[in-house]
Amino acid sequence: MNKLRRTVDKIKPHFQKGGKFAKLESTFGAFETMLFVPNHTTKSGAHIRDAMDMKRTMVVVIFALVPSLLFGIYNTGYQHFLAIGESAEFWSVVWYGLLKVVPIVIVSYVVGLAIEFIFAQIRGHEVNEGFLVSGFLIPLIMPADVPLWMVAVATAFAVIIGKEVFGGTGMNILNPALTARAFLFFAYPAWMSGDKVWVGGMVDGQTLDAFSGATPLAQAAAGNTSFSLGNGAGIDTIDMIIGTIPGSIGETSKIAILIGAAILLITRVGSLRIMLSMLAGGVTMGLLLNTFAANPFMEIPWWEHLLIGSFLFGMVFMATDPVTASQTAKGKIIYGFLIGFLAILIRVLNPAYPEGTMLAILLMNVFAPLIDHYVVQGNIKKRMKRLKTT
Amino acid sequence: MENLVNIFVKSIFVENMVFAYFLGMCSYLAVSKTVKTSVGLGLAVVFVLVITVPIDYLIENYLLAEGALVWLSPELADVDLGFLRFILFIAVIASMVQLVEMIVEKVSPTLYANLGIFLPLIAVNCAILGGSLFMAEREYANIAEATTYGFGSGIGWFLAIVGIAAIREKIKYSNVPAPLKGLGITFIITGLMGLAFMGFMGIEL
Repeated sequence: MNKLRRTVDKIKPHFQKGGKFAKLESTFGAFETMLFVPNHTTKSGAHIRDAMDMKRTMVVVIFALVPSLLFGIYNTGYQHFLAIGESAEFWSVVWYGLLKVVPIVIVSYVVGLAIEFIFAQIRGHEVNEGFLVSGFLIPLIMPADVPLWMVAVATAFAVIIGKEVFGGTGMNILNPALTARAFLFFAYPAWMSGDKVWVGGMVDGQTLDAFSGATPLAQAAAGNTSFSLGNGAGIDTIDMIIGTIPGSIGETSKIAILIGAAILLITRVGSLRIMLSMLAGGVTMGLLLNTFAANPFMEIPWWEHLLIGSFLFGMVFMATDPVTASQTAKGKIIYGFLIGFLAILIRVLNPAYPEGTMLAILLMNVFAPLIDHYVVQGNIKKRMKRLKTT
Repeated sequence: MENLVNIFVKSIFVENMVFAYFLGMCSYLAVSKTVKTSVGLGLAVVFVLVITVPIDYLIENYLLAEGALVWLSPELADVDLGFLRFILFIAVIASMVQLVEMIVEKVSPTLYANLGIFLPLIAVNCAILGGSLFMAEREYANIAEATTYGFGSGIGWFLAIVGIAAIREKIKYSNVPAPLKGLGITFIITGLMGLAFMGFMGIEL
């Protein structure tokens, strides 16, 4: 460790003002703080004594996402071998999954970080860690068979238009990972919806003719609420909880997501308020639809809404994004509740889109500042009144 | 009743004036710097829409549309005064805006000063003329439907301008690249908000 510290100290002057590589100062800084806790202290203003700086926060989120990624890799292989009608060893399933998922992760990181570094150099701000999480989330919300160039285009759009034009990490108004997903969804609708893209190898026609890659959500929208896998075998509740169903890479396994949720809640990185109120919103809408029950999709029990699609994944990892969510305690409850409510509403009542979680979160991202504004104004009014009466 | 609720919800979310048709952009971009003034302008637009759309509905159905003059005498059945639509609608809107201006000046001089030139400019706000023209085009069955439509599209515009005003207040201290400061970033935000509103497109009630 000491040796590493010495090496870093030795090359550091080159990157400081007046040095040979002064232009790359922020790049150097990013790698230095990745290796060592920064040793500079603030001199004025608010002092927060906490080991949880932004880097540690982001790393915790990444740890929380790892179970979803691991299961996503397994499930990608599992769905593929199901689709070609062969039974395979565990390791060849994992191998296929790795071949599909790892390139997506690499593309998302390389494109995003490259843009981030370029912006940091030109604009002279330091490289922030925000993208470590966004770059990890983007592969998890992609379908397994998405072409890599699409991932690259979407990541570039999300990082530049979604984040950097607002001034980088912490300034964006929409969640960058969801911006990438929404961009793909609207730019290439033929690819991103439909039944083929969810199962690896299906677009190339490697799979059996009779195999259908329809996700439970698509089946429910088509009015078939006894869900089945592509080869006709039924999906029961246990399958949906474990996650051996077609869907985006990271969203299928509810167990993996709940492990992530536990990590986020124990370390207090994720907001319990948002998660619970979003759950309440979703359940409310589910029950409301059950009372009307005009079509089979409206009739499915409220708890099944939580198991199909990306509701839980969005709830744990997307809605709780501290930058784009409401900042006030009361605002968080309103924000979360409306997300849950709208997610199920769009999912069931909008025939144009199979899933509503993404759009509901984006919509509430847009209105989060407004909610905050009125919560703060309400608070000010209340205190003014208290001041006047005494 | 159910029909009215449908029209109301649809005109707010699905056919939002700003995000679905990009109407009324000039005042939307110019007056959205603070939530307070944008609430004022939003309410003014809602008010003007609620008054003008029903009045224009009456003008459309008893004066302008083909055969609308039958109530005068049956011989006028094939008279079509549709070419007067723009002029008459604008006249109604302009006089209503005058009224609003006088009310605002009387009730809240600060808001009047903040809105400045944009209050009289509501007269040429395309969201308002658009409201009347959409009403004529969609042939609503009765005056209640037309009023509901006017109110709903006003609320939709109100939501849009208040939403973007809150965002602009939030990003006031963000480190936005210099060339994009001000209007540039506002256009980008509008686009991203439109992306988020796409969730409602296609909902059929």
